[in-house]
Amino acid sequence: MNVHTEHAGTAPAGPDVAGTVLEARRVTKRFGNITALDDVSMHMRRGEITAVIGDNGAGKSTLVKCLSGVQAPDEGEILLDGAPQQFDSPEHARRAGIETVYQDLALIEDLSIWQNLFLNRERVRRFGPVAFTARRAMQAESAEMLARLEVNIPSIRARVRRLSGGQRQAVAICRAAGWGSKLIIMDEPTAALGVRETKRVEELIHRLREDGLAVLLISHDFDQVMRLSDQIWVMRSGRLVSGRRSTETDGAELVSMITGAASSLEQDPSRTH
Amino acid sequence: MAASTSVNMDSTPALGARLRDLSFWAEWTALVGLVALLVIFGIASPSFLTPGNIAAVLVAAAIPATLCIGEAFVVLGKGIDLSMASTMTLGAVMMGQATLLGVDAGWACLLTLVVTTLVGGLNGLFVAKVKITDFVVTLGMLSAAQGAALIISDGKPVTLISPLLLTISTGQLAGIGYPVLIALAIAVVAHVTLFHTRFGTHVLAVGGDIEAARAMGINTDRIKIATYMISGFLAGVGAILIVARLGAAEPAADTKYLLDAVASVVLGGVSLFGGRGSIAGPVTGAVLLTVLVNGLTLLSVEQYYQPLVVGIVVIAAAALMRYQR
Repeated sequence: MNVHTEHAGTAPAGPDVAGTVLEARRVTKRFGNITALDDVSMHMRRGEITAVIGDNGAGKSTLVKCLSGVQAPDEGEILLDGAPQQFDSPEHARRAGIETVYQDLALIEDLSIWQNLFLNRERVRRFGPVAFTARRAMQAESAEMLARLEVNIPSIRARVRRLSGGQRQAVAICRAAGWGSKLIIMDEPTAALGVRETKRVEELIHRLREDGLAVLLISHDFDQVMRLSDQIWVMRSGRLVSGRRSTETDGAELVSMITGAASSLEQDPSRTH
Repeated sequence: MAASTSVNMDSTPALGARLRDLSFWAEWTALVGLVALLVIFGIASPSFLTPGNIAAVLVAAAIPATLCIGEAFVVLGKGIDLSMASTMTLGAVMMGQATLLGVDAGWACLLTLVVTTLVGGLNGLFVAKVKITDFVVTLGMLSAAQGAALIISDGKPVTLISPLLLTISTGQLAGIGYPVLIALAIAVVAHVTLFHTRFGTHVLAVGGDIEAARAMGINTDRIKIATYMISGFLAGVGAILIVARLGAAEPAADTKYLLDAVASVVLGGVSLFGGRGSIAGPVTGAVLLTVLVNGLTLLSVEQYYQPLVVGIVVIAAAALMRYQR
């Protein structure tokens, strides 16, 4: 364990890393006696896909909740473009530029694609207290949003109910990407998808990177993490164990860091799935 | 970059294909049923399709249509309001008592609308904030509002005659009665509100998936409460229409109005699971139920058979709804 407590490799952690969009500084979150996040510091850069990996209970979801404004950290700071933030709601984090694609996607099945893309951000024309929706403008913009990310959808007016799992994921990602956001957090984006749909969603995530967004990827799929990410943070028992550039590590090393068994890797080969 | 992309704005299948699709019929249950009834009764009874009878049917449909629009808003938001008929009675009684105290008819109408809207708001508060099941809250309110109406009126009807109410009940524009015009205006406003305002979209979102709506930052409690307030307000409009029609404020609720409101919503293709439906559908459903009773009466079918027929029609419509996509 002591081997990996430093921030490793050529990716110096902490402040003043070029292109850093979001930085968590010594974030701690406790639930009663349980310390879900213990002094965690990490950063995410624009134009990069950053992966956070770890076993169940490692603190990944608590980290996501702190970054997305669902929960406030007890100690530590979250900085967006260098400015400290105190999110009191997901809405607040979203306005600041942090979008989360939830595992259940948060799409309304009986609304059309364009209505979902603009949900709670409708383009409106106000007449006194009444906010009329500008349907045509939203439909045209929705078509552009999907086209920009090369998402193939039968019709912008189709109900989400008619879409496949991969298409839904694509719509949810487009929605997150479409609002001048700086960081998009994705929690297991391909967990429910088949091979072909997974490939498409991964291509979409790549395009977000090319567009200069920062992406935070939470995934159990090591191959996917190695395929997609530029930077990998490893968590265990609420602590940050290590940070690596993807080019400088491999699955075996990641597994050993996740399990905290660098030396016992050979004794427990079954963990390398 | 977008060369390989094709995002179609439209995808409307051919009419022939749509007619063979059961879900098409499910979307249009009320209209298809209404047309069928018009044909059947038109053939069976010579007095059915006369201008006089049509006008009478439309006036009779005005109150159920108004009520079913309120019910539709609540059901679209994945709730149900069982207290509408009682709230309407409470509103009518408030009008009667206010008039007895010498309040002008116009102000009495306003008072009625305020009281019934507040009753709806109370329903909404208990559903959204106290988190009691809508069914239980509004069932309780059904009894409570009825009780309040009986207490306030001491169980006695009040005769109300005022020029304003007389105008509402007998006035006409181009041969169409004011109650019909009022209901029609409400339907148009309701349709625009539901499909062309941010609030309407949020009602559909909350009804469709309340967790997702919340995740997107929609104030779901506010939306829920608003739908119940709309329902209360329209119960108040119903109260004014019925007092105008009867020339009296009756303290006894007619539960038929509640059944008709819920039945119209079902007939009109509004999903009882919330989140999808229309305003035109339930209004057509309300007209259908009125036509059904009117036609059966013209054919001298004994009154006791009418609720049975209505029940069968509603269940048949609900069965067809299963094919809705």
